[in-house]
Amino acid sequence: MNRNIVISFGFHTLLVLITAMSLPFLSKKPIDLPPIVSVELIQITDKTNIPFAPKAKKIIEKVKEKEKEKKLVSEQAPPKIVKKEKPDAVPLPDEKIEKVKKIKEEKQNPEKIETEVKQVSEFEKKDLFDPNSIAALIDKSKIESAESNKKLDKITQDQDKSIDLSALSLSEEDALKAQIFGCWSIPLGLPYNENLLVRIKLQLKPDGTIIRSEILDHARMNKPGQGFYKVLAESALRAVKLCQPLRVPSTGYERWKELQLNFDAREMLEG
Amino acid sequence: MLFRYLFFLLILFPIKTFALIEVDITRGNLNPLPIAVSPLSIDEDSKKSFNQILKKKNIGSEISSVVENNLKKSGLFNPLNKDAFLQKPEIANLKPRFEDWNLIKAQALITGKVKFVDEKLRVEFRLWDVLAGKEMMALAFTTVPSNWRRVGHIITDKVYERLTGEKGYFDTRIIYVSEEGPKTNRVKKLAIMDQDGFNNKFLTLGNELVLTPRFSPTNQMVTYLSYFRNLPRVYLLDIETGMQEVVGDFPGMTFAPRFSPDGKKIIMSFAKDGNSDIYTMDLENRIVERVTNHPSIDTSPSFSPNGKKITFNSDRSGYQQIYIMDSNGKNVKRISFGNGLYGTPVWSPRGDLIAFTKLHKGKFYIGVMRTDGTGERLLTENFYQEAPSWSPNGRVLIFYRETKTNSKGEGFSAKLWSIDLTGYNEKLVETETDASDPSWSSLLGN
Repeated sequence: MNRNIVISFGFHTLLVLITAMSLPFLSKKPIDLPPIVSVELIQITDKTNIPFAPKAKKIIEKVKEKEKEKKLVSEQAPPKIVKKEKPDAVPLPDEKIEKVKKIKEEKQNPEKIETEVKQVSEFEKKDLFDPNSIAALIDKSKIESAESNKKLDKITQDQDKSIDLSALSLSEEDALKAQIFGCWSIPLGLPYNENLLVRIKLQLKPDGTIIRSEILDHARMNKPGQGFYKVLAESALRAVKLCQPLRVPSTGYERWKELQLNFDAREMLEG
Repeated sequence: MLFRYLFFLLILFPIKTFALIEVDITRGNLNPLPIAVSPLSIDEDSKKSFNQILKKKNIGSEISSVVENNLKKSGLFNPLNKDAFLQKPEIANLKPRFEDWNLIKAQALITGKVKFVDEKLRVEFRLWDVLAGKEMMALAFTTVPSNWRRVGHIITDKVYERLTGEKGYFDTRIIYVSEEGPKTNRVKKLAIMDQDGFNNKFLTLGNELVLTPRFSPTNQMVTYLSYFRNLPRVYLLDIETGMQEVVGDFPGMTFAPRFSPDGKKIIMSFAKDGNSDIYTMDLENRIVERVTNHPSIDTSPSFSPNGKKITFNSDRSGYQQIYIMDSNGKNVKRISFGNGLYGTPVWSPRGDLIAFTKLHKGKFYIGVMRTDGTGERLLTENFYQEAPSWSPNGRVLIFYRETKTNSKGEGFSAKLWSIDLTGYNEKLVETETDASDPSWSSLLGN
């Protein structure tokens, strides 16, 4: 009997201990959580836009001027409060620091956001940077977004560069297409269930006249059952000759001095 | 390290250097191709000889006019005005000055010469690509002088095929029913002419009613229906020899005999025991086989070019609609589902389309649809028109159109019209008399 009581007591004690140990409030102090940062979604108004735009522009210009900018952006540390683990040791460019420095009173009050935005517009003020300032955070986020915009811009420019190297711009291509559409008399007797693609490689002068034209799948002309291909290829050749000088871009001759035109009649004949 | 460097060189360097800009051209225009048909040159001696035989002052110009008219009627070519030609035919025939032809915007040029050789007509012609500055084709024909119009048609066929990629349809004939007299008492004769309306000939005298002549797709045989002692009788007529034979007498209402693609059978509908069904008859042994067996009215059968399918119309759904089936009568499937009544289905020689007549809200339409019934396109609309017949290349349809009579019963006429698949190139086919029920022959050279 006593033995059972002891066992029961022992288990109950164990249970109480486990419970007590598992409840943090009994044994530990509250975790030191970072203060809550309230985020208010606001409607972008003229008021908020006007001040921001010039700032972003400046940043973008600055980035263009300084190659280091990209690094700075990527390495830029967020405010300590938000991300303690990242050091903010990387120096910001002066202007940037100035921008970041506009300090506002800590405000977690959403109602004040408008005022804060106003302060964003006062970026030029050289105030001290207060890491605890929510306004500064907002400013910072603005800067970051500006930076990211700038990054995006940069990417677009890069893409533009690559596009420049490998293709015509859309408007340049459209102009050329529109011209050739008008010159190409499609032979109507083609079998539309066959491959009706003719690839023609052109070598052009800077004024768009043709130095040389070459049918890339020339061998197909002599294949049995492909007699229609000859008709199609000849019609495509007539089109480019009729159209010359081609409406090529006024610049970047190196880029388009050789051009490949892919004539495909299937869409027209099926349509 | 060196390999890595080389690798990058191989991968990156060529891309930068040789990237070729590609532009996709997926649209063009369907405008008629500007073509210059230079009159065929002819020497003075030949000119005199032909003038004596054919009563034509310049047979070279006459032949080129035939070519020019054919090309123009096709709607795919725009023959340029001869007044604008800078180079004389005699010189153009030897060596065209492409700059001159380019100047008048010609993209293709036809030159040639005619000569009187051993009592025969010898025609040489060349087709030139003006923009490329090269010869595309050169052919010569020798024939009896009276065949000069055919030479023009054959030249057109060759040019058409070379420039469009499909066979031409100019060296062909059209058989039709010539009609004369008041509407209540029409005299109907079988007549035949070239596809451009020339060389018209009457094949019957008009004593008997003739209906629905149809050309064989393989040769110059014609089958048609005629009434003999009030009984429908199916005839076979050899256009080349003029020989005619009776295929058989058939009971009741017999309609529209038509050849099979190999020309060995005819398919038609006739009423037996009060019910119209479709039958075939073997022309060698005259054995008749029933294809459909349905209480509804099945008429207007037409074989597909490969002979495996038959299209026909039937009212088995309650209204007259178009159906297809296997050549043995199995797998009957309705393909027309639009509003109105559909009739006279004819399978295209290309096999891709079925032409039909449609009656909807009091108007008659000639249209085409794919063989599964999709893609219905109505090409032309009128008060009364029917009986489309395909050109041998499947691009043009010929049909007949009747006009309304006034309150006095006057003003009635029946004429042949042609229209191409675009629906835009509708043309009256000139005939000496009123005409109906046209049928287009295959190419005469076949």
